[in-house]
Amino acid sequence: MPLIQTNHSTSPLIRIENLCKSYSLEDANGKIITNQVLFDINLTINQGEFVAIMGHSGSGKSTLMNILGYLDTPTSGSYWLSEKNVAALSGDELARIRNRNIGFVFQGFNLLKRMTALDNVAAPLLYAGINRSNSRKQALELLRRTGLENFAMHQPNQLSGGQQQRVAISRALINQPPLILADEPTGNLDSQTSREIMSLFEQLNRDQGITIVLVTHEDDIATYARRLIRLKDGHIIYDKNDDVETTLDELV
Amino acid sequence: MNLFSIIGEALRALRQNRLRTGLTMLGMIIGVAAVVLMLSIGQGAQTKINQTIAAMGSNLFIVVPGATSSGGFSFGSGSIRTLTINDAHAVAELPSISATAPVTTGTVQLNYAAKNWSTIITGTTPDYFEVGSWKMESGTTFTESDLRSAARVVVLGSITAKNLFNDEDPVGKTIRITNRPFLVVGVLMAKGQSLTGRDQDDNVFIPITTSERQITGNQFPGSIRYMLVQGKSADEMDIAEIEITQLLRQRHRISGTKENDFTVRNLTAIADVATGAAKIMSMVLGAIASVSLLVGGIGIMNIMLVSVTERTREIGIRMAIGANQRAILTQFLLEAMMICIMGGLIGVVLGIGGAWLVSQVADMLIVITLGMIGLAFLFASAVGIFFGFYPAKKAASLKPVDALRYE
Repeated sequence: MPLIQTNHSTSPLIRIENLCKSYSLEDANGKIITNQVLFDINLTINQGEFVAIMGHSGSGKSTLMNILGYLDTPTSGSYWLSEKNVAALSGDELARIRNRNIGFVFQGFNLLKRMTALDNVAAPLLYAGINRSNSRKQALELLRRTGLENFAMHQPNQLSGGQQQRVAISRALINQPPLILADEPTGNLDSQTSREIMSLFEQLNRDQGITIVLVTHEDDIATYARRLIRLKDGHIIYDKNDDVETTLDELV
Repeated sequence: MNLFSIIGEALRALRQNRLRTGLTMLGMIIGVAAVVLMLSIGQGAQTKINQTIAAMGSNLFIVVPGATSSGGFSFGSGSIRTLTINDAHAVAELPSISATAPVTTGTVQLNYAAKNWSTIITGTTPDYFEVGSWKMESGTTFTESDLRSAARVVVLGSITAKNLFNDEDPVGKTIRITNRPFLVVGVLMAKGQSLTGRDQDDNVFIPITTSERQITGNQFPGSIRYMLVQGKSADEMDIAEIEITQLLRQRHRISGTKENDFTVRNLTAIADVATGAAKIMSMVLGAIASVSLLVGGIGIMNIMLVSVTERTREIGIRMAIGANQRAILTQFLLEAMMICIMGGLIGVVLGIGGAWLVSQVADMLIVITLGMIGLAFLFASAVGIFFGFYPAKKAASLKPVDALRYE
């Protein structure tokens, strides 16, 4: 049951209902300890939205992000991406959706070491079954758009943090996914570079209509988004959309 | 997912860690090289024995006079000359026997021009050359009529011929044996060592009649040192042995439970034992070499496991950008297999090189067959798949979120 009404008339891209996530750990005595991270999350994100998820460490924001990106599976509840129920998908299909429909941007950039920027950007196409020369052509075009064409043959350790993050964004874009998930994308960057990266996201959202979900703990970064969701101890405690006002009391 | 691209990824990963790849490969190289080397040595020994056996002649018996005892004293085999030329003739008439050759031996001094040479002289019949699978280098053997007339004709072994004549053709020349002139009628082709390691080519052959009357003399006229007997077929060797025994017992008037005064030995059986021993040696060598291949394989598994742990984050990234389990599994399996295949190739080359070196240095016969190269290679690939699978499976079954979080 969607709580948020937006003025975007588009269909929901992400729909989450009663989602819970808990981890089971074995303590020193062999006793199983269950640690619940997410409680009964209900969330709908429409196509074309730019959402920031905020929260302190331990609030469950990264876990939510991993579940949104098919990197982790929920303990209970349902998650539809483009009207497809994740629970019904096989591992191969999940990999396929990660490949085609989701672009990831990480705090630590997560580029493949000892591979050129060009090969890094082209890497997702390898798993999409596109041949090497074609994929390198596409990768070069993306690097050109992010202003890194002169660094195409550089390896990650020869690039600055901002450059690495732009390579990572290029990689996220190469399969033209409708959704980009960014986990603290500016966490390792200085404020000037952060602003550059954030305007790149803004531009992608505005010009290409790509849905962007961003996890951050910096308020000024979150302001780039048009919708803000706050998590605390595994609950959504705040959900404000610039485009439409919502009553938050209902959410708590 | 495209297999060629995955091969590219695997190759790139191997190139990125040249030292480690090289060291891991070394295990494979040594293993495969050892297998090829050992198999070729084993095969060489077997071939050598087979050649010796073929040179010896097929379906052979040797019949030697038996031991006797006198007043409680036992004498050794052949201590009494109970076998005669006539025994040999009689044995030759048996249905299961194709030919026999009685033999007397002695040591003589040979002279030709200024050269002289001491060697073993064998007095025998023309059938000897047939039975013993001798081939002629030049000239002919002596004949039945030479035998009847006790002619002074001689056939030379190749080494004897070389020592007396160097490069001169001995056929038609006259040499002196213990100062009696003999006409050289033929020279035998070299045969090499016998199974017992005796040089068979330093020898001269004359008619047994000539030997007995003019050269060695004989304490018991008509007696012989031993006889070679050739059976008609390999399947009837047992029957032939019984026939020979029965005939000789009859001729020597040995009845009831009295012991034979001769011994019949089946040389083919001895050859079989030698072949069997060579085969076992071959297998033992191969097995020892396989152990090194196994150790190499475990080395690969070890390194691949380390590699999976070390590259956990990379695996996580690859999964996040769309690699499915099969793609990860394939890449890691291919890495292990490439190490094996490349190591196998280098190992085969080194093994062949090593075998050649052994054949040169140790003067051993080395046989390399395509089959054993294929076997070593196949084994190497199997080791790669077997030991590469577990680490690859481990890599593929990582959860993306855990792999990405790995520091």
